[in-house]
Amino acid sequence: MDKPIIQINNMSKTYQLGGETVHALNNVSLEINKGEFLAIIGPSGSGKSTLMNMLGCLDHPDQGSYLLDGKEIGKMTDNQLAAIRNQKIGFIFQNFNLLSKLTALENVELPLIYAGASAGERHKRAMDSLNKVGLKERAGHLPAQLSGGQQQRVAIARALAGQPAILLADEPTGALDSKTSKEILKLMQQLNELGHTIILITHDLEIAKQAKRMVSIQDGELQENGGALLGDFAIY
Amino acid sequence: MLFLGILQSIKMAFKSIRSNKLRSVLTMLGIIIGVSSVIILVSIAQGSSKNITSQINQLGKNLLTVNTYSTDLELTDDTISQLGKLSGVKAVSPIVSGRVNVRKDRTTSQVSVIGTNASYSDVRDTKVSRGRFITDLDIEYRQKIAVLGSETAETFFGVNNPVGEYIQLNGNSYKVVGVLASKGSSLGQSGDNVVIVPLSTGQLLAGSTSISTVYLQGKSESQMNFVMNEVKMKLAALFPGKSNDYGVTNQQDVMDTMSSVTNTMTMLLGGIASISLLVGGIGIMNIMLVSVSERTKEIGIRKAIGAKRKDILLQFLIESVVLSAMGGMIGILLGLGCGKMVSTFMNMSISFSAPVILYSFLFSLIVGVVFGVFPANKASKLNPIQALRSGA
Repeated sequence: MDKPIIQINNMSKTYQLGGETVHALNNVSLEINKGEFLAIIGPSGSGKSTLMNMLGCLDHPDQGSYLLDGKEIGKMTDNQLAAIRNQKIGFIFQNFNLLSKLTALENVELPLIYAGASAGERHKRAMDSLNKVGLKERAGHLPAQLSGGQQQRVAIARALAGQPAILLADEPTGALDSKTSKEILKLMQQLNELGHTIILITHDLEIAKQAKRMVSIQDGELQENGGALLGDFAIY
Repeated sequence: MLFLGILQSIKMAFKSIRSNKLRSVLTMLGIIIGVSSVIILVSIAQGSSKNITSQINQLGKNLLTVNTYSTDLELTDDTISQLGKLSGVKAVSPIVSGRVNVRKDRTTSQVSVIGTNASYSDVRDTKVSRGRFITDLDIEYRQKIAVLGSETAETFFGVNNPVGEYIQLNGNSYKVVGVLASKGSSLGQSGDNVVIVPLSTGQLLAGSTSISTVYLQGKSESQMNFVMNEVKMKLAALFPGKSNDYGVTNQQDVMDTMSSVTNTMTMLLGGIASISLLVGGIGIMNIMLVSVSERTKEIGIRKAIGAKRKDILLQFLIESVVLSAMGGMIGILLGLGCGKMVSTFMNMSISFSAPVILYSFLFSLIVGVVFGVFPANKASKLNPIQALRSGA
């Protein structure tokens, strides 16, 4: 098998919160291979968001190493991290996080602007991305003129536009009704089948089950999916 | 690549300005008022300065005036011709002046009379519109002729041509040989209500041969200080120990004093108006700070998908510069418009100058940059995690 696309070794992160030290991540190690569809499941306060920030290169770990696509992330400057986020990671957020004043197409073009692509190339790649999520016809619409599901599709198109190494989805269905959620999950599964590496972060077991592989996090500790743990999470 | 980025940022800046029209206009108002008031006030000041300069120039170019203050000291024909021979002096024109009773048919009036020579026309930049000026021959033959100021001509002859007609000066008949072109009043002196006669005749009319004023015209503007010294030395040699009894004034000195006064006025008005530009800049900073905190989430999103610090910094900086530049341009138009209105309705002379317009515009741009840096820097430093988590 190829080298894993993500390699986290003994990563720790602590926060000071109201005078108390919180171990958001405690000696976490994780490997994710290219083409995987991984769900990270955990209740709120489990360190799930911290792990997502780490995976998304938004934060620095206190200890441990993070190799993304063969590059050590831990020691990078903020500007280098911004470039890595731009090239390697496609974010999909719970509440879509589209810029309300830009059209769907302009939203999708945004990461390409920061990547320095030419106007023609931006347009072509953004339209390709929109086509992949089936919203080519809505390119000129503002987010407010789109339904929640459509907005999330635009957000997915935006994540795809930069042709990133991984798609990082944080509760992508959290703000959607169950029917739309299913559509979005289906879309993600299709994208995975096309070869995209997807990391899905959720507290919902039903959604996590859609992924091919599942890891759980609780109190900052990560565990590879075992039948025994699954039972505990069933309540969430 | 950088150029493309800036172009893109300008586009985005316009978008965000358009999406908040009222606020943008209110923000720009400070700059608009600042720039337009700089333009209006400075144009008014420069207009009046130009006005004064041209009024002084009307009195004659490169003019030196010698005045005597004492009856002890007499400027004789000899003295005057010696002054006229000085190397820097082009022409010399002695004056006797007084007031005479002028009568024509039933119209009578007190008018100031000037007795002088032919050079007066050049020295004092006084041209005739009809007929001719006094000649040196008239002085020699003590001709009883007169040249009328345009206003005097109108008083006594109305629309008729006075040349060739006769008027009475203190009861004696004088033939009118010319009429002066209208000069308008300058510095409170009407140059149009006057009768000019030959020097010799003037001395008769005034009942005195004493010449109290001599006008000298220098050959070139650059030599005026030299000519002034020349004249002073000559006079000192002619009248030793009497330096308090006469005075030499240089037209240029008057001009310099005047222009230093008007320059100060221009600076003062420009300075006051610039303060409002500064206040306008603070308004921009205020709004940009509000805009940064309103758009925290947007900044977070942009950072998450790969915007670097400099991208965010540039975006907000360009936004504030676009705001101030738009304000500056509207301010220029408003300033030009209001200036035109002021000059039309209030009958003030106004002089727009391109450098002032350019400087005030550049100043507004600088204000945009200076007051935009702080908010833009604040935006660029936001932590993407916290920015994403913010509610807005």
